[in-house]
Amino acid sequence: MKHLLEVKHLFVDLPLPAGMLHAVRDVSFHLDMGETLSLVGESGCGKSITALALMNILPPKAIRRAEILRFEDTDLLRLPDEQMAQLRGAKMAMIFQEPMTSLDPCYTIGNQLEEAILEHKGISRHQARERAVYLLDKVGITGADSRLKQYPHQLSGGLRQRIMIAMGLMCGPSVIIADEPTTALDVTIQAQILELLASLQREFNMGMILITHDLGVVARVADRLAIMYCGQVVETGYTADVFANPLHPYTRGLLDCIPVPGKTKPGDKLGSIAGIVPTPIGDLFGCSFRNRCPQAGADCVQNVDLLELSPGRAFRCLDRPEGLEVSS
Amino acid sequence: MLIYFCKRLGLAVLVTIAVSMISFMMIRVSGDPAIALAGEAATSEEIEFVREQYGFDRPLIVQYLEWASRAIRGDLGESPYMNLPVTEMIGNRIGVTMTLGICALSFAVLLSVPLGVLAAIRPNTWIDRLALTISVIGQAMPSFWFGLIMIIVLGVKFRLLPISGAETPAHFIMPTIALGYYATPAIMRLVRSGMLEVLASDHIRTAKAKGLRWGKILYKHALRNAIIPVVAVLAVQLGFMLGGSIVIETVFALHGIGHLAWVSIGRSDLPVVQAIVLLLSIIYVVLTFLSDMLNAFLDPRIRVK
Amino acid sequence: MTDQAQSFDKGLGLEVVFPSPGRIMRRRMLKSKGFLLGLTMFTLVVLMALLAPLISPHDPYDQDLSQRLITPVWTEQGSWEYPLGTDYLGRDNLSRVFYGARISLLIGFSCMLIAAGIGTSLGLLAGYFGGIVDMVVSFMITVRLALPAVLVAVAVVALIGGSMDVVIVVLGCLVWDRFIVVVRANVQQIKSMDYVPAAKAAGCSVFWILMREIMPNLMNNLVVIATLEIGRVILLEAALSFLGMGVQPPMPSWGLMIAEGKEFMLFEPYLVMIPGVALFILILGMNLLGDGLRDVTSPEGGA
Repeated sequence: MKHLLEVKHLFVDLPLPAGMLHAVRDVSFHLDMGETLSLVGESGCGKSITALALMNILPPKAIRRAEILRFEDTDLLRLPDEQMAQLRGAKMAMIFQEPMTSLDPCYTIGNQLEEAILEHKGISRHQARERAVYLLDKVGITGADSRLKQYPHQLSGGLRQRIMIAMGLMCGPSVIIADEPTTALDVTIQAQILELLASLQREFNMGMILITHDLGVVARVADRLAIMYCGQVVETGYTADVFANPLHPYTRGLLDCIPVPGKTKPGDKLGSIAGIVPTPIGDLFGCSFRNRCPQAGADCVQNVDLLELSPGRAFRCLDRPEGLEVSS
Repeated sequence: MLIYFCKRLGLAVLVTIAVSMISFMMIRVSGDPAIALAGEAATSEEIEFVREQYGFDRPLIVQYLEWASRAIRGDLGESPYMNLPVTEMIGNRIGVTMTLGICALSFAVLLSVPLGVLAAIRPNTWIDRLALTISVIGQAMPSFWFGLIMIIVLGVKFRLLPISGAETPAHFIMPTIALGYYATPAIMRLVRSGMLEVLASDHIRTAKAKGLRWGKILYKHALRNAIIPVVAVLAVQLGFMLGGSIVIETVFALHGIGHLAWVSIGRSDLPVVQAIVLLLSIIYVVLTFLSDMLNAFLDPRIRVK
Repeated sequence: MTDQAQSFDKGLGLEVVFPSPGRIMRRRMLKSKGFLLGLTMFTLVVLMALLAPLISPHDPYDQDLSQRLITPVWTEQGSWEYPLGTDYLGRDNLSRVFYGARISLLIGFSCMLIAAGIGTSLGLLAGYFGGIVDMVVSFMITVRLALPAVLVAVAVVALIGGSMDVVIVVLGCLVWDRFIVVVRANVQQIKSMDYVPAAKAAGCSVFWILMREIMPNLMNNLVVIATLEIGRVILLEAALSFLGMGVQPPMPSWGLMIAEGKEFMLFEPYLVMIPGVALFILILGMNLLGDGLRDVTSPEGGA
């Protein structure tokens, strides 16, 4: 079966004054229609850079390498910039985490909603306006006509994020990448936005990549997830499977940090992961998690490959839980 | 918007009152104006006569109010040296200075905005370095010296341009360059840093993710935002240029109000000097007020509340 | 922080070394071409000023009408007796350039000190107290910017009578605006940092907080502004002297030398070029030094 989006062995390097930052190291995943894949990790683990690499809007100095970077039938690695621009916004949309600053303060909401579809689809202003009104209604914004004439600074953060979502959907994309879409919002608004994203994703049968550091969010909306640490995927699999049977010590650490209804009793201590995330600068070797890992041993200085247990289920650790059947 | 307008207008009026007081006081505190007007060689009777004639013996506040109320009606007194109304003297000269100021500003904008934008979108390339060099040299070169060099090279050596006077447009070329070049660095730096800041902002990333063409992103989203602070600086720079015209008009013997001020200072023609200081200050106040309004027009965050 | 480099994760292959701020600053200084060039130019002019009596071949005030308008050594009629030639009164240009450096630097530094005194104190008050004090100070800045500085300076100097002291005081009282603007903005920023409320809570007096908590954090920016302002003042002084309303003859002010040379510039352009180049080098040096210092001291690195 051919996937909607396929990424194999993606690397992103950023030259910094202190040395080469290996922001993304050997990341592979795929996404199918109507499916939600979540990239999970602490800030700085490379999940946002991965998304920017997919859209080809990395910082100018960044270096992107990959074995396969394919969207539908298009090889993104060899696509000229102008054609990539045509794809962005039209078939691949992205929603960012800062709704307060992600809209241009100088133009009205209507103008910003419509400019992408006018650029990509060659339709009339009137049709573009109709589509904008329709989508504002879809994202739960009432009084669309008056909202379209407003400027970003006149709207609250929650409203702006709804507008960002509507903006992403304007051209009917088949992939939507949401980069921490709820982080900057109030807790009560977070849930609403998340529900909205999930329902729109089902309604339009899009593939969604949801980037988050919040495992609670993942549990609610993601079909599959990939846990990232220090630029690498350390564990990937179906959400329920990973939550029930975490294989990598980092995943176990993360899951210990969140309370589980029914299991965590009042007064129980939640877990935490000791130490700080190292910055992946310079020549790297061995397991990146070994300085914080409770199970680390002398062998962990060797490079660890991603071990595939079954299609879509893999982890990157030398310590294999007993009784595991390794397929390859 | 109305509140903003009223606030700015109120500030402009207050500043105008303050500068009028200063230009009035400037002449009084720096010596006895009667002696200055009558001349060093005047007898004490002559000085007394001047003092009475001009009302210098009355309280300062009365003198100021009288001077200010006449100034509002456009009567800035009479030049004791030329025996002409000051308003008329300035009126004959202001055209040259305004022409020079506007030409110099246009020159500065046409040079600095494109260079600033290019430097920002191609940082650390030869064009960025060229822009930096131009701005560093421009800031360090005294404009009168630059003017003199142009006279020597373009006017005398190659005989390309006339070196003094204001008869033809060609007469304005060298003064325009000399005056405008000095304002270029400030504008260019602001355009460059503004563009760099906007280009790194989140909404430019949004525009990229929307798949807009690069040219459209630059023009519609980046420049539009970066230009807002530049507008404010343009008004300030034009004000500085008009103030600095005293030097350039002297170098090129352009008979504008800067030149008039210099000549009048030399012959202690105080009412004229006072009036020019006041006029240039008020022009500056009006310019900044207009630029505030333009700013509000360009920036919806001010315009729409 | 100490000079000692910190590192962690040794043996992890994820080694990161953070140099100390002092070391970063020194490294940036040596890497910044603009800063080094500016420092060189500035040092050159300072040496010229300090050593003027030792290195000047002639007395800068010595007139000799039989030796007037001699061209520099690189021209046909030039000689090593007067390396940069002589002016219309037969004075040695090289010696006048050396002594002129003293005038420019003296005026530059003195005006800067006056302006820094006025600007820093007002900026501190406006930034720290805010409210009505801030409004009054902001109003003062607006009024000051509205006045045409060169014209006012020329007029006042002309009325009082031109001399170096007058020029210093008048210019010093005209160029404090940037000090206020920068100090005010900086203080507003520092005020919100935790250590200022902490000092307040500990019962420190306002004076103590301003001097011991806020001032030290302003120093970097003050040095940058001061450097740039010296350049600006020297430019203004030159313009004033050029117009004949600044430093008076026979003093060897570079601006005055340009004005005197102007009469003869069609035949002897070097009379205008020599003091102009000296001015250009000094002001360029100050600007490069100021910009360089800003880049070198800014914590986030800058360009």
